[in-house]
Amino acid sequence: MKLRLNVNGEIRSADVRPAELLLDVLRENLGLTGVKPGCRHGDCGACTVTVDGLPMKSCLMLAVEAADKTVETIEGLQDSPVQRAFVEKFAFQCGYCTPGFIMNSHALAHLHPKADKATVREWLQSNICRCTSYEEIQEAVEAVLSSGQPTSRMMN
Amino acid sequence: MEIVGKSVPRKESLDKVTGAATYTADRIEPSILHARLAVSPYAHARIVSLDASAAQNAPGVLAVLTGDASEVLVGEEIRDRPILARDRVRYYGEPVAVVVAETEAQAQWAANLVQVQYEPLPVVNSPAEALHPDAPILHERLKEYEKSEDVVSVPGTNIASIVHVIKGDIERGLAECEKIVENTVSFGPSDHAAMETRSAVVQIMPDGRVFIDTSSQAPFAVKKYMARYFGLEPGRVIVRTLFVGGAYGGKSSVQLEPIVYLASRAVGGRKVKLVNTREQDITTSPVRIGLQAKVKLGSTHDGKIKAVQIVYHFDGGAYNDKSSAIALSAASDCTGPYSVENLHCECLTVYTNHVFPAAFRGFGHTEMTFAIERGIDALADELGMDPWELRMRNAIVPGDTTPTRNMLNSSNLGDLRTCLERMRELSGWEDWKVQQLNDHTVRAKGIACFWKNSSFASNAVSGVILLFNQDGSVNLETGVVELGTGSKTVLAQMVAERLRMSVDRVHVKFKVNTLDTPEHWETVASRSTFFAGRAALKAADDASKQLIAIAATVLRADPDDLELGDEKVFVRADPRVQIPYKDICYGYRYPNGNSIGGQIIGRGHFIQRWMSPLDPATGEGQLGPEWNVGAQAVEIEMDTRDYSYRIVKAISVNDAGKVLNPKGAFGQVMGAMAMGLSYASHEGFDYTDEGILLNTTLRTYSVLRYGENPEYIVEFIESPCLDAPFGARSLGEYGLISIPAALASAVSRAAGVRMNVLPLFPETIWRAKDGGSV
Repeated sequence: MKLRLNVNGEIRSADVRPAELLLDVLRENLGLTGVKPGCRHGDCGACTVTVDGLPMKSCLMLAVEAADKTVETIEGLQDSPVQRAFVEKFAFQCGYCTPGFIMNSHALAHLHPKADKATVREWLQSNICRCTSYEEIQEAVEAVLSSGQPTSRMMN
Repeated sequence: MEIVGKSVPRKESLDKVTGAATYTADRIEPSILHARLAVSPYAHARIVSLDASAAQNAPGVLAVLTGDASEVLVGEEIRDRPILARDRVRYYGEPVAVVVAETEAQAQWAANLVQVQYEPLPVVNSPAEALHPDAPILHERLKEYEKSEDVVSVPGTNIASIVHVIKGDIERGLAECEKIVENTVSFGPSDHAAMETRSAVVQIMPDGRVFIDTSSQAPFAVKKYMARYFGLEPGRVIVRTLFVGGAYGGKSSVQLEPIVYLASRAVGGRKVKLVNTREQDITTSPVRIGLQAKVKLGSTHDGKIKAVQIVYHFDGGAYNDKSSAIALSAASDCTGPYSVENLHCECLTVYTNHVFPAAFRGFGHTEMTFAIERGIDALADELGMDPWELRMRNAIVPGDTTPTRNMLNSSNLGDLRTCLERMRELSGWEDWKVQQLNDHTVRAKGIACFWKNSSFASNAVSGVILLFNQDGSVNLETGVVELGTGSKTVLAQMVAERLRMSVDRVHVKFKVNTLDTPEHWETVASRSTFFAGRAALKAADDASKQLIAIAATVLRADPDDLELGDEKVFVRADPRVQIPYKDICYGYRYPNGNSIGGQIIGRGHFIQRWMSPLDPATGEGQLGPEWNVGAQAVEIEMDTRDYSYRIVKAISVNDAGKVLNPKGAFGQVMGAMAMGLSYASHEGFDYTDEGILLNTTLRTYSVLRYGENPEYIVEFIESPCLDAPFGARSLGEYGLISIPAALASAVSRAAGVRMNVLPLFPETIWRAKDGGSV
């Protein structure tokens, strides 16, 4: 079936099976391979995108469910405070979990700009990083939260 | 030094925070065919019949391959593994068939239709079971298998390899001891759980060239083994690796590549892609090795260790692959970083019906260290001695010899005593005894030490090419794979330092392609900064000579009068006379148009001198150039009502030789510590008695998550290794090695019971303490 998706500010169309995951349509049909499959069960968070501004594991959502919603992937972020903080704080190594962590942190900073430690923990426990100690990620996210900077600059 | 020693952000930073960094499975092309595996639901069974017709006829299917597709046996140390199971399956998750279809969904659908009738066989679920006289023999043809020269097997048993490491006279040593303790440890296999699952894409060209894209730490090993397994010319096997999404040793094995090669061959060489599902990455692909060990330590009353007797039974899994090499590496350093005159170590690798092991950060040393350090703690208990003091008293020092009989000096051995001294201060070790915080909470500390020599092939090579651009900048090419360790950034720092230019002007090629990238043996064993670093410095010196030679002509000066600086060649005594690299690195053009020289290409290679394989009968030999050391501590708070605990603090003091990139170094060590804590507190495979693995997802195979991280304290001391670039010792594995032992030490102290198993679940502690009674 034909599907129209609003992804990173662009209207894109894709020919998909109704059973297709948002994850697979973003990667296979739209070439947005920054969205990473890690487990396909919602356990690891590597495929996190935002849907209408909320973080969503794209393996837990059918592509058709995203039809009238606004989807943002890592490719839609450019020079955002979260991305800059991840670089400055060495908050990644292999980089595979990074798009998911950044999208989750980005949504968090947007929706809860004054989030306390417990809230940050609750949000970020949904993602797994196997390389860092998490302390680096914690420093990056806390740096963004305490800076009070606007959280996004959409790429258009 | 201006660049080495600075926290230069990793070169691929922007790629990785924007989604631009590509990994093997990101290769998405409409013409690619997709493969999926059908795997064994039994740990040990005979294949009675196999019917692939339903799968063959499913929509979109181009080919279904089973064990009949190839008679080739694969494996690194022992060639004992069929590419797809033939007649028999030996582990839960073993590949039985591979389906090639137009789409991944179709391939998966058809894989589910492969009908196999099995006759279950008795299962070997641990090394102890494997060595039982009545154990089923898992490889009756062990004697016939092709083996590496240093592998000694015992056909007719499940012993895949046996090694002895012997020094001094164990009987006399033990007889001299005033205190002897014996301690056993046991833990099963566990998973690497890299966030990127393994994947491979293979295409066979009309002229027979084989292109392999793979998420591998060892593209050059893939080239070597694929050529060997299938009788291909190495030059016609072209292996390419992009970024790798975490590896930790697990991606140095060759497993998917032969399967996908057969799949591509079956469809006329078309490009076929296989991406492991998470479940198959855990159940089908190689894992961390398990171990059952017995350590006997003898000392004088005042704690001088006189004799050590060790028996290691490594869980080699269903096929040998790297497991006997891992065991050998563990055996070579079997005493831990302690001075031991009288040693007897017997190290067996045995077949079991578990998934076979791969390297895992530490290459047997984390496992070996757990055994030895738990023994040291037991000895300290028996002696009534401070466990720090016991370690300090026996710490290995220059002038001692290793278990493999190599003489140690201050270059090839790190400075453990200084690490221990610093650890004492950082951990507040004066208060090492358990503190009661309230009626049900105690606080306890544990300490452990490690050492490791990185074993590799004695003829392992590493090469670097530096290619100048017209603007005077340099492209760095090396076969090191960027797995996340930041090695390529560190190599760029070295080159920039040596060529006296900005690190921003050294461009790194991330993709490795065995056709045109100089070989770096394998991106394993924390060898990148050492081996590729030496090659990079040699390449920089080669380029530097060429720059000076052409500058000497142009400036009409003796080459000896010239120096490099700020991307220029200048006359030492009169620095106003200078010429920028950009004017000479692509040849020099005189004002009248005449030109000399050409593009400058710096070449460097490295091979470590004096390496030799171990003699399996005595353990004599030299597997690697240097023994790096450190001391680690963990502090926990335990609720004594239910034995749940919180990890409060983890500390590591490593001898780094020289810290090349501080933030990168802290990240490597902290990440490794996190992995060690996760492994020791959370991770382990849950097998049924029938050898069926129960926790095959990241929900049930739990790893440390955000917020469970304790406070990390990492410090480096710098006692240089003279052979290594800038004196730098390895770090990538060294934050992990003794963390599980340090945690077990703290947990044991808090609970008041010696914990010798992993993982340390509260339930496990409760069973050990109270015998499982409520």
